[in-house]
Amino acid sequence: MSNNKETFGKTVGFVFIVCVVCAILVSFSAVQLKPLQVANKLLDQQTKILEASKLLEASGKDPKSIVATFNKYVEAKMIDLDSGEFIEGNPVLFDERRNARDADKSEKLENDPAGINRRSHDAVVYLVRNDAGVVETVVLPIVGSGLWDLMYGYVGLEADLNTIRSVVYSDHKETPGLGAEVMNPKWKALWPGKKIYNAAGEPVVNLVKGGAKSDDVHGVDALSGATLTSNGVTRTLQFWFGKEGYAPFIAKYRAANSNGGMN
Amino acid sequence: MSSEAKKVLTSPIVDNNPIALQVLGICSALAVTSSMANAIVMSLAVILVTAFSNLFISMIRNFIPSSVRIIVQMAIIASLVIVVDQVLKAFSYQLSKELSVFVGLIITNCIVMGRAEAFAMKEKPVVSFLDGIGNGLGYGAILVTVAFFRELFGFGSLFGVEILPLIQNDGWYQANGLLVLPFSSFFIIGLIIWAIRQWKPEQVEKD
Repeated sequence: MSNNKETFGKTVGFVFIVCVVCAILVSFSAVQLKPLQVANKLLDQQTKILEASKLLEASGKDPKSIVATFNKYVEAKMIDLDSGEFIEGNPVLFDERRNARDADKSEKLENDPAGINRRSHDAVVYLVRNDAGVVETVVLPIVGSGLWDLMYGYVGLEADLNTIRSVVYSDHKETPGLGAEVMNPKWKALWPGKKIYNAAGEPVVNLVKGGAKSDDVHGVDALSGATLTSNGVTRTLQFWFGKEGYAPFIAKYRAANSNGGMN
Repeated sequence: MSSEAKKVLTSPIVDNNPIALQVLGICSALAVTSSMANAIVMSLAVILVTAFSNLFISMIRNFIPSSVRIIVQMAIIASLVIVVDQVLKAFSYQLSKELSVFVGLIITNCIVMGRAEAFAMKEKPVVSFLDGIGNGLGYGAILVTVAFFRELFGFGSLFGVEILPLIQNDGWYQANGLLVLPFSSFFIIGLIIWAIRQWKPEQVEKD
């Protein structure tokens, strides 16, 4: 074990050397691996957006093909949520989670059904075109409280911005086997074709406990055994498609595109 | 390989298992055993951290002032854990999303600390390194066994491949909801300890 000639100076010196060596090791690995980590994160996001726009089957799971498909068909644009206008900004640098913690870039919600506390002023929307260059799908990011923590995901809408193409969760901490069934392909398959808005333009899409009726265009089966997660999903969707969410953007977008032959 | 080295490497797997005999490192064994993939990655992470922390601590064991030895061990272990977490984030992003929290908690895993203090502070680097691998393997053996039962009967799958078709996927198997939850590992670990002690009665504590 250690020698008996332990002095204050030697101890401090030894600890200092250990700290420096450890610090070099940690910072070296962090800096060296950063580019790979950033690429992974971006790839994960792009995969989810392609999944939300139903392009993932066509592209396959190969990272190169995912990036190529994403770059070919998907255009990311920044919007201001209150006005619904497109704004200048780099969507790649946009970080909703960071903005939601920044008092200058987000606002505290008075009415907060989704349980997110603060909502960023801006958002990124993804316009997904087909081979002819016509926007086929608009993918909108959503976030809201589930049972344990915030759940992050994407909603893919058809060009009428009312019909759902998909609801894809990317990041959640729900109970495996119960709330985590939001990731189950069978549950995800219930979404296509459901409508968000009723005739009065209110977001009424919801999860129905005990199973949605087959003619219910706004309802999807709730997750069995996961009432709180299901309520969270309903509130998240109704919040994000309400007037404090994407409703202004959707109104502007429809107005701008109504002459373009899209119904 | 000398017989002593072999013994250091293999005895922690059953004869002196860190979880089953020493009952260390239970906490993370509960959290990460809901699937085989998680359990294996977590085991690899612990094997790497225990092996290298033992190696480095053993290399400098004669220089560590005994008044600060625990802090020095912690600094080395913590640095290795951060490196492992960074590597995981870079090369296996999906798994790191699920495991990141628990990988960070390897720092508090009693096995790592315990081997550093009980073994690496006294023994030579190479044999300490093997001891670290051995104890990591012992930890991993239990983790993978627990994960096997939890994933098979809790989710009807192994490595994410469906073995028992679940009712919610139009199959016949009603998943066991208890095994989905972390504390079910207590029962499985308890049963494993019982099985090992039936096999090797010398492990039973005297009253």
